[in-house]
Amino acid sequence: MNVKTIAMAGTLESSDVSIVVEPSRNEGITLELNSLVEKQYGEQIKCVVLETLEQLKVKKAIVKIHDKGALDCVIIARLQTAVLRAAGVETFNWEEEK
Amino acid sequence: MAINKIGREIPDYIEGIGELKSYEGPFSVEPAKRRFGRKISTITPKQSKILEDIEQAIIETGLKDGMTISFHHHFREGDYIINMVVDTIAKLGIKNITLAPSSLNSVHAPIIEHIKNGVITKIETSGLRGSLADAISKGILEYPVKIRSHGGRARAIEAGDVKIDVAFLGVPACDEYGNANGHSGKSFCGSLGYAKVDAQYADKVVLITDNLVPYPNVPASIAQTDVDFVVKMDAIGDPKGIVSGATRYTKNPRELLIAKYAATVIKESGYLADGFSMQCGTGGASLAVARSIKQTMIEKDIKASFALGGITGQFVEMLEEGLINKLYDTQCFDLTAAKSIGTNPNHVEIDAGFYANPHNKGCAVNVLDIVILSALEVDTEFNVNVITGSDGVLRGASGGHCDTAAGSKLSIIVAPLIRGRIPTIVENVNTVITPGETIDVVVTDRGIAVNPLRTDLIEKLSKTNLPIFTIEELKEKAEKIAGKPKAIQYGEKIVALVEYRDGTIIDVIKEVK
Repeated sequence: MNVKTIAMAGTLESSDVSIVVEPSRNEGITLELNSLVEKQYGEQIKCVVLETLEQLKVKKAIVKIHDKGALDCVIIARLQTAVLRAAGVETFNWEEEK
Repeated sequence: MAINKIGREIPDYIEGIGELKSYEGPFSVEPAKRRFGRKISTITPKQSKILEDIEQAIIETGLKDGMTISFHHHFREGDYIINMVVDTIAKLGIKNITLAPSSLNSVHAPIIEHIKNGVITKIETSGLRGSLADAISKGILEYPVKIRSHGGRARAIEAGDVKIDVAFLGVPACDEYGNANGHSGKSFCGSLGYAKVDAQYADKVVLITDNLVPYPNVPASIAQTDVDFVVKMDAIGDPKGIVSGATRYTKNPRELLIAKYAATVIKESGYLADGFSMQCGTGGASLAVARSIKQTMIEKDIKASFALGGITGQFVEMLEEGLINKLYDTQCFDLTAAKSIGTNPNHVEIDAGFYANPHNKGCAVNVLDIVILSALEVDTEFNVNVITGSDGVLRGASGGHCDTAAGSKLSIIVAPLIRGRIPTIVENVNTVITPGETIDVVVTDRGIAVNPLRTDLIEKLSKTNLPIFTIEELKEKAEKIAGKPKAIQYGEKIVALVEYRDGTIIDVIKEVK
């Protein structure tokens, strides 16, 4: 999936995460993580984010994450939404999605 | 280095602090000392106790480098006294002072500067919050802070482990000969339970008031026979920070669920019988438990002999309705409680020693049936942390947690299984304040665990339809939802020693990287 424009999903409410996805000039993923639980879950959040991007076949993007203690399922949902918005995808095949 | 009874490494000796004794169990220490006595001093007829200001008071008390000063925390986040006094001490060029208040709050952040400039070099307290707590967690103090429970502090003062040279005590109403209470004035706070201990054991006692009343100010929480000086000021605290308004009932469904489970545990435990006693925290779930118990008390015509604590408006209401016979109060938590203590003779002020000193001839927690407590973390040994956050940084208070857990017949922890993403039930708590062998039941929104030591409770509760699990099962439930948190990386420096109520060391807190 190609990131064409800046898009975001999520909020800064407790237990939610706000994710901004931006187009990048460089290859690869640039990840900025800012989390309330970075000491305890920083590594796990990065893993989940990179895995989700791989599943969405995103190769080039800047991803900025402000996490307020969201569970993995919330992080995945917000990231999928942000990527789809950034790629301009308006229809989504829910059945295909794992 | 010694390993104490709960498996924590405790140094044998710390430079500047002395030898340390390891925790060996809740009632393992036999006191062998005589009670500490302050220096005798006298006030002669016609001698006035009134001084101009704090500066004159510091000079008159003879405060010098290396001495210990104490304060109470009845003014909570509204306190002006500690910052004013320490600022003045700094101005007078006195250094190397041990600050030994009953507790510290976020409002005491200016102390950071006085640590940097060498005025304050040691701290002993029940709690630490805000930026002062952050700075201490990062290792700003050369010597570790001593964390004591409310009962443990009273014990340490009465045993002479802490020798207070000068106590500076803010009092909301005071006459010019030093009879003081917290019943009236714009800074009224109700009970002065913590201050009463300092007034009796400090070598010099300075009362600071913004409300000078005609002699004699009775009933007095602090008596003229204990007071050297009285200073009148315009303001000793911010009323908004001293007492909060009426405590609101929670509508949070998770807290209500926890409360429902906890109330059922209490009803089924057998302790909810006529003449029982209880203490509750001020958290949403705790207050909701009390409300639910109240309903059962009315239905079954059960009356409580007394409620203890930290008193809230809710208990005052139950006192007035005849559901509770007496209130034992060391600290008023809200406006209703603070107003009641001066007017209702059944609302009785007690000092911290009467409340919870384990080394007197029977403190109030010894006769407590039920206590409901909160927790930041509970581990699979039932040990409880209420002082360090999940990031390892100081941000709480020992309070009466370990005192009431040890004294009561039924100690219940109420807490959500997960906060944000952070599990409450973990393999190892960051810091132990209350040892697991004094905790009976842990109630979360996702299930209840009973301490295996309490086979009697397990038998009673397994007959109910409560969701009972082992504590390990609760831990796994939490990790399944949130993931397993990575352990916090600490440095080598010890920034705080956690003293159990008997004076032994139950845990140490290291600096955060």
